[in-house]
Amino acid sequence: MLTGVKEEKGMAETASTAEGAGHESPDDNKRDFLLYSTIAVGAAGTAMAVWPFIDAMNPSKDVLALASTELDISSIEEGQSITAIWRGKPIFVRRRTAKEIEVAQATELKDLPDPEADKDRVKKSQWLVMIGICTHLGCIPLGQKSGDTKGEFGGWFCPCHGSHYDTSGRIRKGPAPKNLAIPPYKFIDDTNILIG
Amino acid sequence: MSTPTWKNPIVQWVDHRLPIVTFLDHAIVKYPTPRNLNYWWNFGSLAGVILVVMIGTGIMLAMNYVPHTSMAFDSVERIMRDINYGWLIRYLHVNGGSMFFICVYIHIFRGMYYGSYKEPRELLWIIGIFIFLAMMATAFLGYVLPWGQMSFWGATVITNLFSVVPFFGEAIVQWLWGGFSVDNPTLNKFFSFHYLLPFIIFALVFIHLWALHTHKSSNPLGIEVQGDEDEIPFHPYYTAKDAYGFGVFLIVFLGFTFFAPNFFGEPDNYIEANPLVTPTHIVPEWYFLPFYAILRAVPDNFVDIWGILPVIIPAKTAGVIAMFASILVLLVLPWLDTSKVRSAKFRPTYFWLFWLFFIDTIILGYIGAKPAEGTFLLIGRLATAYYFLHLVIFMPLVGKYEKTKPLPDSISAAVTAGGSDAKEGS
Repeated sequence: MLTGVKEEKGMAETASTAEGAGHESPDDNKRDFLLYSTIAVGAAGTAMAVWPFIDAMNPSKDVLALASTELDISSIEEGQSITAIWRGKPIFVRRRTAKEIEVAQATELKDLPDPEADKDRVKKSQWLVMIGICTHLGCIPLGQKSGDTKGEFGGWFCPCHGSHYDTSGRIRKGPAPKNLAIPPYKFIDDTNILIG
Repeated sequence: MSTPTWKNPIVQWVDHRLPIVTFLDHAIVKYPTPRNLNYWWNFGSLAGVILVVMIGTGIMLAMNYVPHTSMAFDSVERIMRDINYGWLIRYLHVNGGSMFFICVYIHIFRGMYYGSYKEPRELLWIIGIFIFLAMMATAFLGYVLPWGQMSFWGATVITNLFSVVPFFGEAIVQWLWGGFSVDNPTLNKFFSFHYLLPFIIFALVFIHLWALHTHKSSNPLGIEVQGDEDEIPFHPYYTAKDAYGFGVFLIVFLGFTFFAPNFFGEPDNYIEANPLVTPTHIVPEWYFLPFYAILRAVPDNFVDIWGILPVIIPAKTAGVIAMFASILVLLVLPWLDTSKVRSAKFRPTYFWLFWLFFIDTIILGYIGAKPAEGTFLLIGRLATAYYFLHLVIFMPLVGKYEKTKPLPDSISAAVTAGGSDAKEGS
């Protein structure tokens, strides 16, 4: 213990000498180096220690495990739509009629606020799979049920602020800036799709 | 206290309106500290750091823990398996609890060895004992939450302790349970209180620090600071010393967390609570073992043998009273210790008594982990008797009759003499 006391005394003397000399001590470079390297290592260590706590608030493994949804589409007739849920969001799946496909494919890109060809929005032209959330402020557009108003372009119509989507789910009129988003999905076989 | 001016205009602007920078400057930068504090003085600030770690990890755990009997156990397993770094956060919390008690026990024994609790720091010590009591309550409540077998049966045993209260015992226990056994209402309120108490501890720590900063730290020599030559500013000397100690502590803490995370735990608590099956051998967490040993040491017929109030106090009450008394007696330790000399360095008799008391608590801890029968029970009873003998009989007597060694004139005198001796020796 006496040794410890002696060292502290030693430190006290050194410190007062350094202060008295006013940054002229030849040790100053060494001290600056030690100070800055200590701060750097400490900051890096703190960042690494904080990361697990931040990451713990990211989606957990069991949430991610439910992040894809398999869907049987065999019962959907032509001209019908269903709404599925994927990651808590509505997914519009529509089996389009030949006329709807034709209209969608014939639309000129220059007529579109968010130009995108119909073939880029579907994997099989008959099946349109979209996230059913208006790109304006997140409402769910009408047009899924047979009685719903489908807007001026025969696709979907958002009742909140009047955005009109066409038969390819592209924005045509109203405040929404983008087309209805396409989720990642693939056809497992002819009648089943895997979303996510 | 003159108000300093700060070079940085923003700091000056804030400090003029809310002198928080000045306060911190007084409390942890310029704060005058005895120049001879040794490493045993690290454990107070370490305990404070762990409190913050416990609150931080606890808040993270509460984000995913479900306080319901049907989901609590599974939600803890989900934290361990599915939450990103959930295993790390939970193991930090679990082992942090043990580290907290290790630091606080060292902190308490340091106070006992160096007589830190003596005038004028009695209240500082008493607040510390209240912090210790709040910690024990928090630790017990927290241990129930994972809803394993030890959680459930520990909760059952400890809540049943209150059944010894005369006349109202059963009503109190039912009130604690919120029903007729440890069940969902119990778990719910335990979770609520487990979340509340750390913040009360946090507040108590500030009162503890307030009292500390009123008369400043004691020191290994136990003599009063007499002037500037006896003190050094807290920063950089003790910030550096505390930081170094913190680094060493982290090696131990993280060593357990990463390499032996269940070292302090009971395997039985990884079995989900079953109200119909009691584990064959119930033991509390290690930090409760000495008190558990005292609880079981008192014979059932103790009161009958001695003929003390046999009507009012039922037989099994004596053990419960002894257990609570073993902690509460510490509240009056500043008055039980009659010696004017603080540090055991200058008290040759107390020096040995201190270490005997320390060994006695270790023995009690060992006995607490063993079944209460045969030789273990006998040793437990002797150790319990010695525990109280030390505090209630020896402390006052030794203080009166002990011939103490001469005290040094001042801290700096002792330090200078020791320093020059050491230099001459080498």
